[in-house]
Amino acid sequence: MAKKKFVVGCFKQESVLFPAVKRVRTAGYKIHDVYTPYPVHGLDHAMGLRETSLHTAGFIYGITGTATALSCISWILASDWPLNFGGKPHFALPAWIPIIFEFTVLMAAVGMVLTFCYLCQMAPFLKKHHFHLRATDDLFVMVIECTAKTNAEDLQGFLANAGAVETSIQEAEAGWWLGTYDKEQRLIRDTTIEIA
Amino acid sequence: MASIKDHFEMPSKSRTWSLALIFIGALLLVIGFVTRGMSSDENDKTIFWGTLMYNSIFFTLICNASMFFICATTLAMGGWQMAFRRVPEAISKMVIILGSVTWLILLYIVVIDNNKDIHIFHWLSDESKSDPILKGKLGFLNPTFFFIWTTLAIGLWILLGARMRKLSSEFDEGPIDAEQGKSLIWKNTVTAAMFIVWFALTVASTIPWLWLMSIDAHWYSTMYSWYTFASSFVSGMALVALWVIYLKNKGYLEYTNEEHLHDIGKFMFAFSIFWTYLWFSQYMLIWYGNIPEETVYFKHRVQGPYKGIFFLNLIINFVCPLLILMKRSAKRNYTLVTFMAVLIIFGHWIDFYQMVLGSISKEEVTLNWLDFGIAALYIGVIIFFVGKELARKPLVPKYHPFLKESIIHHT
Repeated sequence: MAKKKFVVGCFKQESVLFPAVKRVRTAGYKIHDVYTPYPVHGLDHAMGLRETSLHTAGFIYGITGTATALSCISWILASDWPLNFGGKPHFALPAWIPIIFEFTVLMAAVGMVLTFCYLCQMAPFLKKHHFHLRATDDLFVMVIECTAKTNAEDLQGFLANAGAVETSIQEAEAGWWLGTYDKEQRLIRDTTIEIA
Repeated sequence: MASIKDHFEMPSKSRTWSLALIFIGALLLVIGFVTRGMSSDENDKTIFWGTLMYNSIFFTLICNASMFFICATTLAMGGWQMAFRRVPEAISKMVIILGSVTWLILLYIVVIDNNKDIHIFHWLSDESKSDPILKGKLGFLNPTFFFIWTTLAIGLWILLGARMRKLSSEFDEGPIDAEQGKSLIWKNTVTAAMFIVWFALTVASTIPWLWLMSIDAHWYSTMYSWYTFASSFVSGMALVALWVIYLKNKGYLEYTNEEHLHDIGKFMFAFSIFWTYLWFSQYMLIWYGNIPEETVYFKHRVQGPYKGIFFLNLIINFVCPLLILMKRSAKRNYTLVTFMAVLIIFGHWIDFYQMVLGSISKEEVTLNWLDFGIAALYIGVIIFFVGKELARKPLVPKYHPFLKESIIHHT
């Protein structure tokens, strides 16, 4: 896939990061992602990310698992090859529930892991570009995608002005397979809370 | 801070409604007592006292679940519940009234009447003097132990609960510094731990054995206590949700928002699933083993007159919460959570009905005006006295060190 140009700004504190995210978005720049050392509550709202559809996918995988297990077991044990187990009816639903449940969980879990990898554009043995290694340690790294109109040097100055301790311009792969997940962003809800 | 409404006043309309419920309930209770409780027919009498018993036990346990919720979150150093913590606190105070009523009813059934007219507990009957299985259980199932343990259980729930509430009101007095805060949190932790231990020894083990499972003294299930606990906890959370939504509706609890509702909804959802897990584990093992002394409990419930109620129970308490509360947006929707909370409380009330009456009146389902009347009485009492208790104290523990954590809570 095509290489893209990114402007990276590193922030030391959440309290600086949040206003910076707001300023960057108000100025009309497109945030590619923000890499943080730990999950930051409320950052998804601030960045205007839409709610993930991972759980809907999980529900569909789970339902598929339930249907597969139920139809498979009932076809085998009640129709294709009925056996007598301790005088129980051939359609012995209570005895199957644990297996159906386990299969539901298995399908949902495996399916969601694979979907998650797809959504995050990750795969085994795939080397991903790190915008800044300290994102795994103590820095909040904001990555902004450059469009044709973006002046990268201006943007660097803008980020430094917003409180970034370090800025850089990098080129990287935006995504590596079938489409990306960067749909248009909108503010789900204003999270500013007045605390006395 | 000054802008929040932290003094609750019970709207006169709600008060009228609660008094109306109490009045109707009391009237039906009196009619029931005259026609059934004083009847010469022992069966009628047994059913009357059984109805009274399961209602009192159910409503006592769901109010006590509020204190369990407070203590569990305290021990987990939880902060998110601070914005509405006064609500479960007020509900837990109901244990004083409802627990005493339950204590009186059980005392009457077991110690005073002692199987003369009321035949609820099988181990009180003459059969226990000759039956080897019942004889073996008499060390645990005897009126003296029953009386002492019931008194201790209810007494300590009340005492430890009162201590937790007293500690909580210390956060209202004024700003506290770090040292005072630490010592208060520590005191809270110690009391909460004592309550949890006592809760484990009572609600999560012995009390359901004594009060409910021993009705069929021959039969036993190792799942039973957890099953009862799950039932009472999930309806307890539903009750908390109802009060929180009611207060929000009246413009109180400004700090509580859909983030908190989401977490209460998660509790309702998760414990509905947990209840089903226990329901199924209990049922499946007995169904699979198919041993007569174990299946006797399910015989009239699955194949007899209780069939409808038994499976309705599963639909209300498992299928509905599973499908309706599964979505994130459903748990954040005030209307849906209200609907599900009412449904869950009703479902578990029906569950308690079949747990008790299913063993006393095996031949016919007796669900009628008396059951609903007594339930209305208890609901009226809960609305009236919880409203009164909420009005007595500030609605938000203003100086609690964890309050800010609750205000900025984000799921």
